[in-house]
Amino acid sequence: MSAGHAAKETVSETLTGSQVVVRALVEQGVEVIFGYPGGAVLPLYDELFKQNAIHHVLVRHEQAAVHAAEGYARSTGRVGVVLVTSGPGATNTVTGLTDALMDSVPVVCLTGQVPTHMIGNDAFQEADTVGITRPCTKHNYLVKRPEELAPVLHEAFHVARSGRPGPVVVDLPKNILMGPAPYRTAREVPLRRYRPRRDPDPDRIEEAMDLIAQAERPIFYVGGGLINSGPVACELLTELVRATGYPITLTLMGLGAYPGSDPQFLGMVGMHGTYEANMAMHDCDVMICLGARFDDRVTGRLDGFSPRSRKIHVDIDPSSINKNVPVDVAVVADAERALEAMLEGWRRRAHRVDRGRIRPWWDQIERWRAVDSLRFRQNGETIKPQYAIRRLYEAVAARDPIVTTDVGQHQMWAAQHFRFEKPRRWLTSGGLGTMGYGFPAALGAQIAHPDRLVINITGDASWVMNMQELSTAIQYRLPVKVFMLNNRWMGMVRQWQDLFHGSRRAESYMDALPDFVKLADAFGARGIRVERASELDDAIEAMLAHDGLVIVEVLIDPYENVYPMIPGGAAHNEIILSPEEDGGDRPISEEGMVLV
Amino acid sequence: MNAFDQEERRHTICVLVDNEPGVLARVIGLFSGRGYNIESLTVAEVDHRRHLSRINIVTTGTSQVVEQIKALLAKLVPVHEVQDLTVEGPSVERELALVKVLGDRERLVQALRIADFMHARLVDSTPGGLVFELTGSSDDIDAFIELVQPVEISRAGVVAIGRGEVVLGDGLGDEMKAVHSRGEKQE
Repeated sequence: MSAGHAAKETVSETLTGSQVVVRALVEQGVEVIFGYPGGAVLPLYDELFKQNAIHHVLVRHEQAAVHAAEGYARSTGRVGVVLVTSGPGATNTVTGLTDALMDSVPVVCLTGQVPTHMIGNDAFQEADTVGITRPCTKHNYLVKRPEELAPVLHEAFHVARSGRPGPVVVDLPKNILMGPAPYRTAREVPLRRYRPRRDPDPDRIEEAMDLIAQAERPIFYVGGGLINSGPVACELLTELVRATGYPITLTLMGLGAYPGSDPQFLGMVGMHGTYEANMAMHDCDVMICLGARFDDRVTGRLDGFSPRSRKIHVDIDPSSINKNVPVDVAVVADAERALEAMLEGWRRRAHRVDRGRIRPWWDQIERWRAVDSLRFRQNGETIKPQYAIRRLYEAVAARDPIVTTDVGQHQMWAAQHFRFEKPRRWLTSGGLGTMGYGFPAALGAQIAHPDRLVINITGDASWVMNMQELSTAIQYRLPVKVFMLNNRWMGMVRQWQDLFHGSRRAESYMDALPDFVKLADAFGARGIRVERASELDDAIEAMLAHDGLVIVEVLIDPYENVYPMIPGGAAHNEIILSPEEDGGDRPISEEGMVLV
Repeated sequence: MNAFDQEERRHTICVLVDNEPGVLARVIGLFSGRGYNIESLTVAEVDHRRHLSRINIVTTGTSQVVEQIKALLAKLVPVHEVQDLTVEGPSVERELALVKVLGDRERLVQALRIADFMHARLVDSTPGGLVFELTGSSDDIDAFIELVQPVEISRAGVVAIGRGEVVLGDGLGDEMKAVHSRGEKQE
């Protein structure tokens, strides 16, 4: 491997491969590993046993190890680290790795492998890990020679955290872990490849700022790239948005990049975004996209997407630009550096900008906003899910919690009704849509932030997908609060069946769910069931008062659906606001039906 | 306001990569995983000292798809440089083919005559058959095959290089040279 053929004279010391791995992890600043042992990685576990610098968290399934590492990474901005064995250990990480790739989460996953001389022999617990994980990682390595080990590990961390972050797998044959291997520090291994561009082209920034300064109906459309760029980028964004006075919408992944309670924030954009955000995206004349990727959940029907706007796209990943939507000004850069330059460009133009020219635009937006597209009616004792999220939000907002979710209706209600003022508070599976993400991600976030309030807003179907992690939570005394909206359905599946498949609810009923209160009890956690709206606040209070893991099972109206909704194959201005409006007389187009 | 140009064009893309295990799988997987076409692909190590291979890919797509392909290739960790010969100035393309013709004497004589005027070289001859080697553009080879109606064809795929002073790999960093020269001292 070419990372390994740098100068050999700097070799300082020969250790075992396992010692090299541990030393490289320590040098890379790793404090926590999420993992599960097995035959091929026993030498590495033996080495971890002998040291105290790195804390190992034992999960109960390898998929959860990756999600926990993602939760750790996304709540801290650091690289999450996973250690699993060969064969099934490695294959079980595939969903987590794909999730991390889609949502740009920096993860380094160390997998055990059978010894090099047995590779290809169908040995016990052998799998072609680099072959299997090639399309679901940013990069991966099979270490075949001891001298490659340290350079590969250093490069793996560099690749995971730089540019558009992502997961990197390092496959470690057992004989490499057991045999002698030279250690080299990161400094001794020159980075000779993968150097993504961070600074924007000043000419492109000037073009962008000219467009922005002249806009009459502008909108900022901002995604998770801002959160990955870091809190400084988010502060610069807030500064620019406030300086311009322009409206801003965020993607699902971008929530928290701009204060959710700010009046310039129009709410989330996309399939279940607010009316005002989607209409403003559709009618704008200048769209300023920062760290988002024109995902199909955001754009809806492409030929109806914001048809009259000039588009500026700032992204660190050149392959995200002009992928789905052609743009007028493309800026390849790290968001923080781009925003510095944009702010500077704005300051030079600010005195020439006529503030009154965007007044009619804001008047229009206020009319859209007055539609109040997230409205719901909480009547009587049947709990509306939106109400449950709102009450939770009111009760915990002051404590600046970290919220994770799984995937489905509860995720959308949380995105709509919970507000995030700062980045790294909202951890959700956006791109891949992985049910079962939320609970292990919450454990990872809680490990990183032992004193913070960490809440997993979840649904019954999602949560049971990784409920084995209760055991992990109890072992490490992680006081995560599980707030489960239980409608006894795979709610989003049922919603689509009701809307698009004649209400034939094939296999979407969650039969035989456990008694979650007793389940919590069986693991030594606290379980609380809420069936009536009038009991909700007390339950939330009891949840917060308990110093340990709590599962709050909120039995909600099982037939509530998520609105607003842009159905598949529709444009932003074809948004459905309520079930009354939906009425069944607006069948989805044939092209729309094939969309997921 | 703009729309993507829907016209599909053939592009020859050259990629300079580290010659390491899996690099070809990465490139091919990128194409197959995202549904892009590969019409021709050749790969060989071109710099033995620095372990660099050159991959020549011929693909067909709209300008948007080709831009996407190039951006995705450039993102791969072992990729040092990506060059689109179709848009970055004039270039030369060649392909090598070995073609076998079987038949009676009359047929073989006919094939020899065609080979002669198309500058194919005879590289093997047995009483019942001939093998020709032909180097030229892919169109030249197609034309030759059309004329001689061979029973078996082996084509190397397109290799290509830019004309003039633009050099693939020219932009490689000094660090790389430094690493390399240090390596050399050791040897």
